[in-house]
Amino acid sequence: MSQFIQQVINGLSLGSIYALIALGYTMVYGVLKLINFAHSEVFMVGAYSGFYAATFLGIDALDQSGQSFPLYLALVVLIVAMLVSATLGMTIERLAYRPLRNAPRLTPLITAIGMSLLLQNLGMLIFTPNPRRYPPILREVRFDFGGVIVTNIKLTIFAVAMALMVGLWFLVNRTWTGRAMRAVSMNLDAARLMGIDPDRTIGKTFAIGSALAAAGGILFGLDQITINPTMGTLTGLKAFVAAVLGGIGNIPGAALGGLLIGLSEQLVAGYISPDYRDAITFLILIVILILRPEGILGVVRQEKV
Amino acid sequence: MRTNRRSWLAIAALLALSGVSSCKKGKSDEIVIGHYASMSGNTAHYGQDTDKAIRMAVDEVNAGGGVLGKQVKVVTLDTRGDSAEAANAVTRLIDVEKSVALLGEVASSLSLSGGRVAQRRKVPMVTPSSTNPKVTEVGDHIFRVCFLDPFQGKVMAKFARENLKLERVAILKDVKNDYSIGLAEAFKGSFSALGGKIVMEQSYGQGDTDFSAQVTAIKNSDAQAIFVPGYYAEVGAIARTAQRLDVKLPLLGGDGWDAPDLFKIGGDALNGSYYSNHFAPDAATPKAKKFVADFKAKHGAEPTGLGALGYDAAAVLLDAIKRAGKTDGDALRDALAATKDFEGVTGSITIDSARNPEKSAVVLEIKDGRAKYAATVNP
Repeated sequence: MSQFIQQVINGLSLGSIYALIALGYTMVYGVLKLINFAHSEVFMVGAYSGFYAATFLGIDALDQSGQSFPLYLALVVLIVAMLVSATLGMTIERLAYRPLRNAPRLTPLITAIGMSLLLQNLGMLIFTPNPRRYPPILREVRFDFGGVIVTNIKLTIFAVAMALMVGLWFLVNRTWTGRAMRAVSMNLDAARLMGIDPDRTIGKTFAIGSALAAAGGILFGLDQITINPTMGTLTGLKAFVAAVLGGIGNIPGAALGGLLIGLSEQLVAGYISPDYRDAITFLILIVILILRPEGILGVVRQEKV
Repeated sequence: MRTNRRSWLAIAALLALSGVSSCKKGKSDEIVIGHYASMSGNTAHYGQDTDKAIRMAVDEVNAGGGVLGKQVKVVTLDTRGDSAEAANAVTRLIDVEKSVALLGEVASSLSLSGGRVAQRRKVPMVTPSSTNPKVTEVGDHIFRVCFLDPFQGKVMAKFARENLKLERVAILKDVKNDYSIGLAEAFKGSFSALGGKIVMEQSYGQGDTDFSAQVTAIKNSDAQAIFVPGYYAEVGAIARTAQRLDVKLPLLGGDGWDAPDLFKIGGDALNGSYYSNHFAPDAATPKAKKFVADFKAKHGAEPTGLGALGYDAAAVLLDAIKRAGKTDGDALRDALAATKDFEGVTGSITIDSARNPEKSAVVLEIKDGRAKYAATVNP
């Protein structure tokens, strides 16, 4: 039993990272009907920005002297990484997608794949392909509940992810920016007629989604110990599966999908075999596309002629 | 007919070449040994460390009067980590530099490529550190001074059973890596044969970053240790994951752990773990101590296991030249094959009928973020 609870806890923390990344896919899909494959590299760059920010703030010296990294510095690292990724996300949109706004839908999709490969290879050149240990921006504290180990890192991952998702919900449902985003996602031309600047709104959507991916990147580094420039590929794909599972374009759906994928991965790896972990994740994608293409929380929109 | 004509051509060419060589170097008082190594490129530090150690071994012999009354000269050619380049380098070392024997490479794929040329030309070759079993299967002129991949699995099984007195071990292997699978298989067979039990087998794939499911499963078995025969990046992360899940079992592994980055990633989570290696810089034999001290004095850094193997490869070859009494290819081959109880810095070396050494491995224990000599395990 304690093993089951342990796997569930590990699954929830991994799942909340997937959820943060999945939000970016879903938000961009919502406004542009585009699957932004470069999002997985925005996540990777976010993780590396946090890595360099923490190194610049002298975490190694603190770690070696046994001191913990002050909490406000950890927040600085988080904010720097989110800003870098937000800028990168907006730049990608401005350079690669905006010129193709009126092109057939396949064109920006191919561009997104190209952008992803370009950024990943740049990452290998700039960051070197060697795996790096993620700086311990949180000093680990372990709690033992009758054999089930919960660390403050797992709790933080869960809490930060939840806080960001609640924040996003408020932004989308309770602010004018959110209202503009929802309007653009419903009908771009009608939104323009209502006085909304779609380009600005789309830019903001990319910035917010990318900032969430950066937070996901930092939490991923904390959780998984090492990062490398190809870390985004598989993690990004799984987050995409999470977005589809929850219902692409649906924000609570992405959060739910992320948690479910994280749980399923840990339980498959723990009770069936780690070799089937990735296979079953993608099997879920196929099954959901056949049985319920709109996802768990998605609603079928009637196409009006 | 065609092959016939070709072999005549080859013989004619060889005759011409031997004529040239007798003209050019007939009265020479030098014996040339060729070394082909990655001196540049991604694996440059492997080749550079090996080359430094080979030159140390040769300089020591030269200072003592050389072999067969002649001085020994080492010619090093760069392979840039490329297997086509390795074949070219070997051809040049034989034809242009007139090497009587060859040393190299570190990477098994390059030793295979260079070894095929050496075998065709019947020039003996000793590879210091290529551990793939196929390398010496190329032919009867190819030797090595390091142990083979499957052997390490046996070594750790014996060490776990006899030194650590373990009864139940879990295996966590990298299923995308032949080296890791080979070590895991060998460990499993030997550990069971010695009366131990493999209580659980878990796996991961190279490049994975999440190991918590596997480690949690192992935690809930009754294993006393985990055998993790992977590469350093994943091993470091696995050690951290185990620490985080409060798993206090020692990890066991092989020479894939031997990299400074292991300690950068794994840190104090590795304390109390063991891995097998070719050489321990702090090992106790006087010969090894002298080698480490000389190397430090000359190059200002501790030698790696690869350097130690380079030194031994050169020493074994020089010893064989001495015993053969001449530098003719076949005589040298026979002398190398007869190497018995040679005292090297990486242990005692006896060449078996498959041209591989029967030698001991060392086991290192990790204490305070450093690897320290723990035991020598004999085959």
